[in-house]
Amino acid sequence: MVALALEHAEDQALVHVQGLKMAYGSTVVQHDLNFDIRAGEVLAIIGASGCGKSTLLRHLIGLQVPSAGRIFYGQEDLNVAQSDALARLRRCFGVSFQAGALWSSMSVGENVMLPLEIFGHQDAAEREHQAREKLTLVGLADQFDAEPSSLSGGMKKRAAIARALALDPPLLYLDEPSAGLDPLTAAQLDHLIQHLHDEGHTIVMVTHELPSIFAVADRALFLDADEHTMTALDEPAQLRDHGPAKVQNFLRRGLPA
Amino acid sequence: MSLSLAASHDPNNKKRRQRPRWLATVGLGLTRWWADALLSFDFIGQLLITVPRLVRGKTTLRRVDLLWHLDQCGPRSVAIVCLVSGLVGVIFAYMGAVQLQRFGAQTYIADLVTVGAVREVAALMTGVILAGRIGAAYAAQLGSMQANEEIDALRALGIDPMENLVLPRVLAMLIAAPFLTAFAAVVSIAMGWLIAVAIFGVAPLEYAYKSLHALTLPHVLIGLGKGTFYGLLVALAGCRQGLNSGRSAQAVGDAVTASVVQAIVWIVVAASASTVALQRLDW
Repeated sequence: MVALALEHAEDQALVHVQGLKMAYGSTVVQHDLNFDIRAGEVLAIIGASGCGKSTLLRHLIGLQVPSAGRIFYGQEDLNVAQSDALARLRRCFGVSFQAGALWSSMSVGENVMLPLEIFGHQDAAEREHQAREKLTLVGLADQFDAEPSSLSGGMKKRAAIARALALDPPLLYLDEPSAGLDPLTAAQLDHLIQHLHDEGHTIVMVTHELPSIFAVADRALFLDADEHTMTALDEPAQLRDHGPAKVQNFLRRGLPA
Repeated sequence: MSLSLAASHDPNNKKRRQRPRWLATVGLGLTRWWADALLSFDFIGQLLITVPRLVRGKTTLRRVDLLWHLDQCGPRSVAIVCLVSGLVGVIFAYMGAVQLQRFGAQTYIADLVTVGAVREVAALMTGVILAGRIGAAYAAQLGSMQANEEIDALRALGIDPMENLVLPRVLAMLIAAPFLTAFAAVVSIAMGWLIAVAIFGVAPLEYAYKSLHALTLPHVLIGLGKGTFYGLLVALAGCRQGLNSGRSAQAVGDAVTASVVQAIVWIVVAASASTVALQRLDW
């Protein structure tokens, strides 16, 4: 079972990316990406706007097919997995999209309950109990019946995290979780990510928010927009002090390396 | 010699410049049409794949979604379908009666309205109304879901949008369309009765008798079958355009427009082809 393979792989890579090449037609976004996502870590994918961070995330969750290379979850190749294995595999990770991507025709509570309804076997009361639990975890206990359109940007992102947590996946992908938020709300989200990390979740987040990177990331993967490949992968502080000049520059927000 | 000078002496270059622009435009149009047709076939193929899973009860289709869409397609569309069909019945009866009156044959209004409405017009009008009311809504709903990454969020969870979004919409349409077609036909006939009796002096019971006499089971089945098929075309056009929409407001608007135009064109083509084919087969 893929799910079991992921849950018990604490001493090894949950995800193994091998020679990944991402392209739109003849335009290569990134190529030759080789890295692991280790169990229990917070990995930040960083880089300038347009370098392919969100595209990498879409490849990691199987929404886009690589031009070359492979993505392994445990022993299972994401892009050749048969439908049953793929469905099992997808339940091993939760995804929070950049703008939340909450289903607008449902209430916040229904958004969190839908994955449980489709994949869970609990009764309605149990589903509601679990959804309320997740919403409480992200600080939205009182928004169960609210429409997504009535939520602020930060609340939408937290509701999206609650939905991503619905099936209790070991791995979470967060696309720009604190982008566009005021410093206080961004700090609250960083705190939430840290809390989820402490609970044992492995987290991959796409971000270019320096406070978030230094506050919660164990490692940072730098995608170079000019070289079209990854040029650094290490602890954020290490990259800032000893990384390649461009990475140091990025992590010092343009200050001389 | 400079490169531009060298190029100006290239005989192939001259030929390229002489190539007619209309040919390129036609070629580009055909290429786009073919790509669009392939997308439609791909969409229909993906939908067909869900049918065996639906039969086995293995889809992620939610009953609550099906009922919601059924309410939108059926009860909430009855008023507009009745209004338009009633007025078409008036036009149909009036125009027919004026022509038939020349020969003193206005009692045949009942035959004309009943057969015309039941067999062709009710289904056609229902299809066109559904294209504007429901097909456009399907394209807009799915297009904005695409733009807001809501469909990606479903896919990331391993939920197939064909099962979860398209199937309830198509099924709702398949269930509602024959009922709406029947409503449209009844209202058209009733309005025809009103015109025939009130304006052309046909006896009320005579109209009713002639209507029932003209109405045969094949007419009813063909009419309901056509209505259901047109409903299916509307649902397919709406869902296909919405699901393949771009991620901008302009793209969603384009998808809505395309869904209505495509549905109406498909309906008219299907209506023409089926009318000729069924008449040739003497059905």
